[in-house]
Amino acid sequence: MAKNNQGNGKKSKWIMRIILLIATVIFVYPLVWNIIASFKSNEEILDSPWALPTALRFDNFIRAFTEASMGEYILNSFLVTALSMVILLILVVPTAHVLARFDFKGRRFLHNFYMAGLFIQPVYIMIPLFLMMNNLEMLDNRLWLSVVYAAGALPFSVYLLTGFMRSIPKEYEESAAIDGCGYFRTLLTIIAPLAKPGILTVVIFNFFTFWNEYALALVLLSSDEKKTIPVGLANLMEVQRFATDWGALFAGLVLVLIPTVTLYALTQKKLTEGMSMGGLKG
Amino acid sequence: MKKDNRQKGFILLCILPTLIIFSIFIVYPVTQVFFKSLFSSSGFGSGDEYVGFANFIELFKDDVFLKSLKNTGFLMLVVPVITLLLSLIFASMLSFGELKEKHLYRTIFFFPSILSFVVIGILWAFIYHPNMGIVNEIMTAIGLDQFALTWLGNKNTVLWAIALVMVWQAVGYYMVMYLAGMDSIPKELYEAASIDGATGFQQFIKITIPMLWEIIRITIIFSINGVLNISFVLVTVMTSGGPNNSSQVALTYMYQQAFVNANFGYAMAIAVVVFVIAIILAFISNKLTEQETE
Repeated sequence: MAKNNQGNGKKSKWIMRIILLIATVIFVYPLVWNIIASFKSNEEILDSPWALPTALRFDNFIRAFTEASMGEYILNSFLVTALSMVILLILVVPTAHVLARFDFKGRRFLHNFYMAGLFIQPVYIMIPLFLMMNNLEMLDNRLWLSVVYAAGALPFSVYLLTGFMRSIPKEYEESAAIDGCGYFRTLLTIIAPLAKPGILTVVIFNFFTFWNEYALALVLLSSDEKKTIPVGLANLMEVQRFATDWGALFAGLVLVLIPTVTLYALTQKKLTEGMSMGGLKG
Repeated sequence: MKKDNRQKGFILLCILPTLIIFSIFIVYPVTQVFFKSLFSSSGFGSGDEYVGFANFIELFKDDVFLKSLKNTGFLMLVVPVITLLLSLIFASMLSFGELKEKHLYRTIFFFPSILSFVVIGILWAFIYHPNMGIVNEIMTAIGLDQFALTWLGNKNTVLWAIALVMVWQAVGYYMVMYLAGMDSIPKELYEAASIDGATGFQQFIKITIPMLWEIIRITIIFSINGVLNISFVLVTVMTSGGPNNSSQVALTYMYQQAFVNANFGYAMAIAVVVFVIAIILAFISNKLTEQETE
């Protein structure tokens, strides 16, 4: 489309650039402001959103750890995220393998069953989940929260991984079967390593989901020392309305962003390519 | 024969544990939402009383619920329309603009969609802050200070303010999806069209949109559905439904009914209504978009 009007091409390119640059500022500004504000004193924050801090103050971060227990929340978040991921992989890899490779009665149904799950938002079911887990005494338990996270992540992960595993050439398994390799050994020693890129995509996508999840963590965990960081931050926000220690709040926001931004920086190419493979997520 | 049995056993062992966990923690709660909405329930078993559709009848007399439903409907219509339009525009700029820094824009625009909704809510609450927020600061700087408002404290602006945050969060996500689709459209189509004298805009309407139509249909449904989840978090963090319930959405009201008032049956009736509306909207958008391809 740029070819037929070379003369206008240059001009329209610059108009586009200006629009995209304005958009870039809008997308990036909140983050930059956040980082700047995390080094400011309360007076400086109130003073002007443009100004830079007069000195690099790390005491906001120290207070975030000592007074707002951000350290505990972060550890809890890492624990829950890691547990959820392990459980999810144990659950999803065998199912995706079987759905991709074997023909059996009910295969289509099972596949559609998980796909229907794509439309279930966690917020819909938080009340019955709370009541059921209350009856089973599973509340306020980080392990069971992780199981819930893993279960909730199944539809999307089954979808993604089944698609990927179908694309693995069958010859590898066939030659393994001739060598007398059993089904489980084949899955563990041949399929799983071959499916690594697909598994990695599942891990990256779900890291963000688990690390950021708020609604279920809010309802299913109650004691303060077990809370994950989104819940901790939302509480802190609630408290800040009256206590006004904004510096510590902004420092907390920066802390929760560090793992997210790091992972994004490392994987953004894979992430955006994962979406082009047809990975849709609700 | 023996191999057959071994294969069956393997399949079952692969499927069953996953299916059981999924059924207990996802499927069963979904069925409970529908079932328990027919009960007057304080939540903890004792005193559950079957009340038929009484919860639903009560709901539609409840002014706060009706308001929250209206707000949810507003967000479910406004947010997907603006988001998907902007995503399409940005995607086509990046796909056809032949800019060297294309990948940089893609990385930056996608970035908000990996952030926690809680973080987004807190950051934007400060961006809209009447005294220290950048929005009013900018308006003052360009001489519009008489229009500076308490954006989240004003019943006329609060919903739009939240809607804009939702657009900000999701634009890049859908843009990347469209971008993938656009890059796979054969370039010859555009070359042929430009030989015939079609302008860029005509090519966009006649080639790009139809070629992307299946992706667009799916993204409409996903973005309508996505509004429910993020609106719950943003409203909880940014306004708690205020001022005077003018930013209350159905799911925050549901949360309050359950965990503040212990009206669990009533709360689940709200979930049912929202669920049904989301399904109906998805169905309508599916039907509407179907006709256009014919």
